[in-house]
Amino acid sequence: MTDQNTLDELVPAEATYASVTEDVSDVVFSSQKQRHWWVGFLIGLILLNVLLTAIGWLLVEGIGVWGINIPVGWGLAIVHFVWWIGIGHAGTLISAILLLFHQNWRTSINRFAEAMTLFAVACAGLFPLLHLGRPKFFYWLVPYPATTGVWPQFRSPLMWDFFAVSTYGTVSLLFWYLGMVPDLATMRDRSNSRWGSRIFGLLALGWRNSARHWHHYQKTYLILAGIATPLVVSVHTTVSWDFSVGIVSAWHSTVFPPYFVAGAIFGGFAMVLLIAIPLRRIYHLEHMVTLKHLDNMSKVMLVAGLFVSYGYLMDAYAAWLKNEPFDSYIYTNRFSGPYGLLYWALVICNCVIPQALWFPRVRRHTLALFGIAIAISIGMWLERFIIISLSLHRDYLPSDWAMYYPTKWDWLLYLGTFGMFLTLLMLFIRTLPAISMSEMRELVHESNEEQS
Amino acid sequence: MNEPLNQSPETKRWGHLSQFSDADSLLAAVKALRDDGYEQIEAFTPFPLEGLSEQLHLPRTPMPLIILIGGLLGGSSIYALEYWVNLSAYPLNIGGRPLHSWPSFIPPAFEGVVLGAAIFGVYGLLWVCGLPRLNHPVFEIEEFQRASVDGFFLAIEATEDPSPPENLESRLQELGATGVWEVPDV
Repeated sequence: MTDQNTLDELVPAEATYASVTEDVSDVVFSSQKQRHWWVGFLIGLILLNVLLTAIGWLLVEGIGVWGINIPVGWGLAIVHFVWWIGIGHAGTLISAILLLFHQNWRTSINRFAEAMTLFAVACAGLFPLLHLGRPKFFYWLVPYPATTGVWPQFRSPLMWDFFAVSTYGTVSLLFWYLGMVPDLATMRDRSNSRWGSRIFGLLALGWRNSARHWHHYQKTYLILAGIATPLVVSVHTTVSWDFSVGIVSAWHSTVFPPYFVAGAIFGGFAMVLLIAIPLRRIYHLEHMVTLKHLDNMSKVMLVAGLFVSYGYLMDAYAAWLKNEPFDSYIYTNRFSGPYGLLYWALVICNCVIPQALWFPRVRRHTLALFGIAIAISIGMWLERFIIISLSLHRDYLPSDWAMYYPTKWDWLLYLGTFGMFLTLLMLFIRTLPAISMSEMRELVHESNEEQS
Repeated sequence: MNEPLNQSPETKRWGHLSQFSDADSLLAAVKALRDDGYEQIEAFTPFPLEGLSEQLHLPRTPMPLIILIGGLLGGSSIYALEYWVNLSAYPLNIGGRPLHSWPSFIPPAFEGVVLGAAIFGVYGLLWVCGLPRLNHPVFEIEEFQRASVDGFFLAIEATEDPSPPENLESRLQELGATGVWEVPDV
């Protein structure tokens, strides 16, 4: 990314500080181009109501409304928890890891990718809370001096998971907000309405672009990126420990942490593309979120996809190597058992279709990319379903065997989280700068320097 | 370009604000003023400008130290909590494992390091920068709004300014300022 011509591809030659600032802030300030937004927002609100209904019925009836039962105690709720939290990881990867590696193509996509992280973590957090059965006691997870004298059990990965996910949510919020403070100052200064400039003024905390402040700010931002990087790896590693520390045969494997992390990046980048492609089209941001960006994201997806495929191979290889009849059975049951079709769908979605990304023409074709991103999202869902629910439906004793069928409430809850995600995303796009303006200006400056 | 100074004579002067057309002329002006003997020059740029900190001779930022302290505090407090809970407050025998089974205490302690570091980082930054604050004298100048879009500004506080204001104004113009304003103290 450091070769001479790449900056031209990321930012057009005629872009100025003012033009990039206007292009981004106009998405919030202009009164035009609202129709798409209202359609999206309305769909979001409808689905949000589906979510509220699904949660409401769950609270009334209990988790018996879901299809879970022994032996499959972890069904779609856990699948969706892992799926959403995995999506969140791409946002942190883009904003933190790519910053550390000086990949300046992250600039125009990091803000909404971080917002995506926050909203995805919010969606993910719902599932384990509701899965508790008695969500009102969720605070028992917090180590606090209770009158009962009971304390949490710190040797359990589920407890680690609570710490990991809550830390992840908090740090993502802080990182996102900190990165936005200079842009909120820009919004304050560009707002024409009295209330607009007051609200943005309060949110900007009095930021005045002082060189002294930039001096401290840059260092802080870089260090926070540095600590967010091991954080994102730790979060999905902890999620994988929820399974691999247990003694369920198909879960008890050391390959889980790396391939969960790779899977998170894989599915997360797919979601970034699913948001970026319509966003740049609708708000005419093609010159900021360029084909070069899509191309680079596709390459990351391709690599993550290969990691994930390797994980599937190693999973099967480990089962074969153990030479344990039950382990072998679990794996052949995956390929050819009652859910065999899902396994082959997974192979097609996650291992076969992404190979199209080897071709530069596909990587720069937005419609093809959109399709591939949808396939990957479905594939990552299938992966979690196969790992979580399939591993449970066959136990050592055939008398324990059972099929797992999700109910409509499982699906409605999942659909509803899309509503929450979409509503939050739509509100974000219309009220806050979706692209980092100060970093875009820095990019323009670097591009000017390069030309002169 | 020089704005008429419409403040009444009894308004206290905070200092001077001047605008420059681009990053290079701002950097040149900072260097020239440093050579003139001005110590406390404040610059405002729409993005972190490379080399400006060096020209302003800013001291090293304390942020890494603050973040380190936050991380150590966060991690050690979570670890201490786990130790105390498992050894004295609520000892649990889980499959005969030792009460102080430190490997399983590491993941929450690690998250504590990250959380402590991030909280100290963000709040420490605000503290070091003297933020949040609702107002600042430079905001009195209408044109200063460009500082968050495409304006490169430079400010010299009156307390730092040994010479009569007219000298400084002409010096700023000489250095290529496209606008010079006297900032009232509010």
